[in-house]
Amino acid sequence: MSIILDITGVNKTFGGLHALSDVNLKIEEGETHAIIGPNGAGKSTLLNCCIGRLIPDNGSVTFNAQNMIGMKPHDINHAGMVRIFQTPEIFPDLSLLQNVMIPALAKRDGTFKFNPFKSLAGEKAILEEAHATLADFELDKFHDQLAGSISRGDKRRLELAMGIIQHPKLLLLDEPTAGMARHDTNRTIDLLKSERMSHMTKVIIEHDMHVVFSLADRISVLVRGHIITTGTPEEIKNDPKVKEAYLGESEDE
Amino acid sequence: MLIFSAVVLSAPIWLDPLGANYPDLLQKFAIFGIFAVGYNILFGLTGYLSFGHATFLGIGSYTAVWSFKLLTMNIVPAVILAMIVSGVFALVIGFLSLRRSGIYFSILTLAFAQMAYSLAYSVLTPITNGETGLQLSQQDPRVLDSMAGIVATEGLPSTNLFGTLIKSQDGYFGFYVAAVMLIIAFYVSLKIFRSPFGMKLRAIKSNQTRMKYTGFNTRPYLLTAFVISGMYAGLAGGLLASIDPLAGAERMQWTASGEVVLMTILGGVGTLIGPMLGAIIIKYFENIFSALNTNELHKIFDFMPEGLENFMVTVVTPFVGEGWHLTLGAVFMIVVIFLPGGIMQGLRQLFGFIMRIFGMGRSSTPAVDAVSKGEA
Repeated sequence: MSIILDITGVNKTFGGLHALSDVNLKIEEGETHAIIGPNGAGKSTLLNCCIGRLIPDNGSVTFNAQNMIGMKPHDINHAGMVRIFQTPEIFPDLSLLQNVMIPALAKRDGTFKFNPFKSLAGEKAILEEAHATLADFELDKFHDQLAGSISRGDKRRLELAMGIIQHPKLLLLDEPTAGMARHDTNRTIDLLKSERMSHMTKVIIEHDMHVVFSLADRISVLVRGHIITTGTPEEIKNDPKVKEAYLGESEDE
Repeated sequence: MLIFSAVVLSAPIWLDPLGANYPDLLQKFAIFGIFAVGYNILFGLTGYLSFGHATFLGIGSYTAVWSFKLLTMNIVPAVILAMIVSGVFALVIGFLSLRRSGIYFSILTLAFAQMAYSLAYSVLTPITNGETGLQLSQQDPRVLDSMAGIVATEGLPSTNLFGTLIKSQDGYFGFYVAAVMLIIAFYVSLKIFRSPFGMKLRAIKSNQTRMKYTGFNTRPYLLTAFVISGMYAGLAGGLLASIDPLAGAERMQWTASGEVVLMTILGGVGTLIGPMLGAIIIKYFENIFSALNTNELHKIFDFMPEGLENFMVTVVTPFVGEGWHLTLGAVFMIVVIFLPGGIMQGLRQLFGFIMRIFGMGRSSTPAVDAVSKGEA
């Protein structure tokens, strides 16, 4: 297996707080890698360092043999790394169909394209792909509704659809089931395990152990900015360090 | 689109009963319609509120007058140059202002506008002729005209379109020139609204952060929209100068920038026709309401009994003549409070209401996507 994302010696401090200290993480192509850890462990900071929202103090982030540090978010997207946010980041004033057309256009048009005289209705290939993707996510029946008007669970699935339509090489998911009812959570798990997504390389940050153990090939445990261990779900379950640092605390969740 | 053209070109007929059928005002409707349509491409699509668009109107006027002075009295080069020069200024001002968003962007554009205004009044007097305003004179070189053997012999020369004077047919020719430009301008705006480019601009308005992480470099998109709307303003400014070849700095004042914001909001931000309606309404108020005085009010309320007539005149007087701003302010408040989507929202609701009464169409209120569904 080749390494697609290589995070080496990454540090990030906010004032006096060490959010990440010497984080090393290698994501293999094709795997679903979960990052777990208590609140404030630095999981979201780590993702932000990968997609250009934050710049690490030192260390390197290499994606597909390309240095990511200092690159603009839109260039990182075109390199093939796509992030799904914890609070759904969609276009609330556009229809669902337009919401998935935008990322499809990004994939085709690049970071900037000026085509003011082209008709949107004439974009047959993009329209077709957008409808098909919405259908995969069971959202096609309200494709002409405004995205701001649908339920939170639907919004999160819409954002997932917006990520998938770009055929990313690596999908970063920030707590894809946070705040969802059990029924919606299971639906999301099924989606992530579906034909279309199961072979896609994914990094998932998650609190819900049910989600983590049903999806992850490997798990890394992040505690107070340190990765304390990485291993298969079986290894992690039986690791006393993990039990002490994380699983023990989270039983009240 | 055909309906739209027909409505615009027949404006002298249907505006007649409203007392607005004189070329001066009709020209203003069309020109400020262009200004508002262009402004809406920036404000309506991207949500970036510029408080300095009158700058480009002013620059367009100055450029056009210089073209009349130096090149020819034909308005074609004047209008084209006005658009190019305002476009260049919009590129520079937009590049600097778009480094910030929200209120900071608005303040930056306002600052640039005030700078341009002050410069036009003071330092740049050799170019702008300061307070007096830039005027034509008989001795102007007019290189192209003199090459063609046209020399102004007596009085000031007049603007023309390939020989036809803009002032001909009592000024209606000027209106039709402006109206045709409005139709073209509207058509271009319609195309932009319905293009992938337009959808991306609307996506930036909706969630700019998402746009960045979706792989779009948002700044060139915003800058393009800014320059396009600046060029529309330049076109409007050039046309203003074509009709009356005089350019003054007051055209660039912040109140003029504010006016186009009012037009857009009054008509309906982000709708195709709304901003134009707003422009017409504001110009109508400015010209018709401000012209009314007590005597005319007495005539209007003549049919009432004496006492009531006097009462009505007393009540209405503060709202007309000098006080027309008061009426405009009241109308603006009513629209913003009750119809945040502007007059277009009001019309849509009215239309829906009528449809329900006659039992046509379903009573459901669909997710209103006025811009892409097209009202023209």
